[in-house]
Amino acid sequence: MKIIAIFLFVLSWSWCAAQKMTAEKTFVSFFSKASIEDIKAENTKSISIFNSETMDIVFSIPIKEFEFDKALMKEHFNEKYLESEKFPKATFAGKVSGFSKETSGEQAATAKGKMTIHGVSREIEVPGVITMEGGRLTVRAVFKIKLADYEVKIPQLLWKNIAEEVEVKIDFVYKAP
Amino acid sequence: MKQSLFLVLMAFSRSLFSQDDLLKELEQSEKPKVEYTSSTFKGSRLVNGQTVEAKGKGELEFIFSHRFGAINSGSYNLFGLDQAYVRLGLEYGITDHLGVGFGRNSVDKTMDGYLRYRFLRQSSGARNMPVTVTAFVNGAIKTSPEELPVGQIYSDRLSYTGQLLIARKFSPGLSLQLMPTIIHRNAVDKTKEDNDLIALGVGGRLKVTRSIALTSEYYYRMNLKDGNQFRNSLGVGIDIETGGHVFQLVLTNAQGITERAFIGETTGDFFAGDIHLGFNVTRSFQLKKAK
Repeated sequence: MKIIAIFLFVLSWSWCAAQKMTAEKTFVSFFSKASIEDIKAENTKSISIFNSETMDIVFSIPIKEFEFDKALMKEHFNEKYLESEKFPKATFAGKVSGFSKETSGEQAATAKGKMTIHGVSREIEVPGVITMEGGRLTVRAVFKIKLADYEVKIPQLLWKNIAEEVEVKIDFVYKAP
Repeated sequence: MKQSLFLVLMAFSRSLFSQDDLLKELEQSEKPKVEYTSSTFKGSRLVNGQTVEAKGKGELEFIFSHRFGAINSGSYNLFGLDQAYVRLGLEYGITDHLGVGFGRNSVDKTMDGYLRYRFLRQSSGARNMPVTVTAFVNGAIKTSPEELPVGQIYSDRLSYTGQLLIARKFSPGLSLQLMPTIIHRNAVDKTKEDNDLIALGVGGRLKVTRSIALTSEYYYRMNLKDGNQFRNSLGVGIDIETGGHVFQLVLTNAQGITERAFIGETTGDFFAGDIHLGFNVTRSFQLKKAK
């Protein structure tokens, strides 16, 4: 009995490891619409792991890698609003529900967990679409983030330039280990 | 029996802690990257002189600098507000590290053109570099007086400045800079000075809030001859940053805004009250997309 138990124990480790999928292509963008200026930025340097057995999913997004059309916008974003020297990454750690790796094609799923931006953590729930196709898994989601929720302060003077809520889009492609 | 059950439970309980563990695993899997320091200063000017900052690629900066007369010129002259010297300039980022600019200062109607090249950036992480270094070269021509004085030739009006700007951002709020400088003037009063002036500038900025900083700058001239009638330039200022503008309010004993003028030809004595109120306003435009 003990031998079987030890065997299962050791097996569970490798069994877990075999299901960890690493993102090989990542895309995160955000968009803020305000009356004077639209602000948008894209980031292709994020990293993520999805464990299709435990349904755990984690993201780490380096703030300094967001690319803007205007150099000055990138500078203000990093220096003044997100303070990326103090908080270099935005992270999400959560669990996916509504996804089954046996089914192929598109599946509507939800990720629920802790989002940390600008040093502030919040529990959020994000709906998305997971597609399983030939050993590759694609995770796509569109959701809104309220800047005040993460203590990102917009000075009064610029309220016409920066929206209170920004729309975030993510597109991650994972490969089987 | 109990032992086996315990082992089996252990195997499956791993999943309870896995989210935070997985995040830790993710962060540890990252290869160490070079983290470059950005925004050592808010703009390309400290008080009178340059900073290590380079414009982004495709960014055009319009810079307007204004210096009033001396505050100790009495109430009749409205404490200096009646008199004004102005410099209008443009600077463009050819790449993220190379910039070109030109401008015109009403002191001696001086026109100047310059290049700045940032060739080292402060960084941490995979590669450690303690300072940001930018080379600055400038050529200036005094177009006033209109008629060449007797005994002078046109090229006497020219001067060339070379600076190595070395700066370090010690913390998000404090940046300091050293400016070893050499200025060559084609024509000087040789009884009072040499054609080549060597100076060392020191300066810094201290951030007080997200948008406001205090700045200071001092240029110490090193190879002075006895009888030199000029003084070292000293300036202090407040930087206020809004969306696309940086507004710098300064107090300085220098009235000129070209390197040759404020480093080498300042006549005011700061501590005797020969202080000029002035401001620099910069406005940035993105001409070509940054990406």
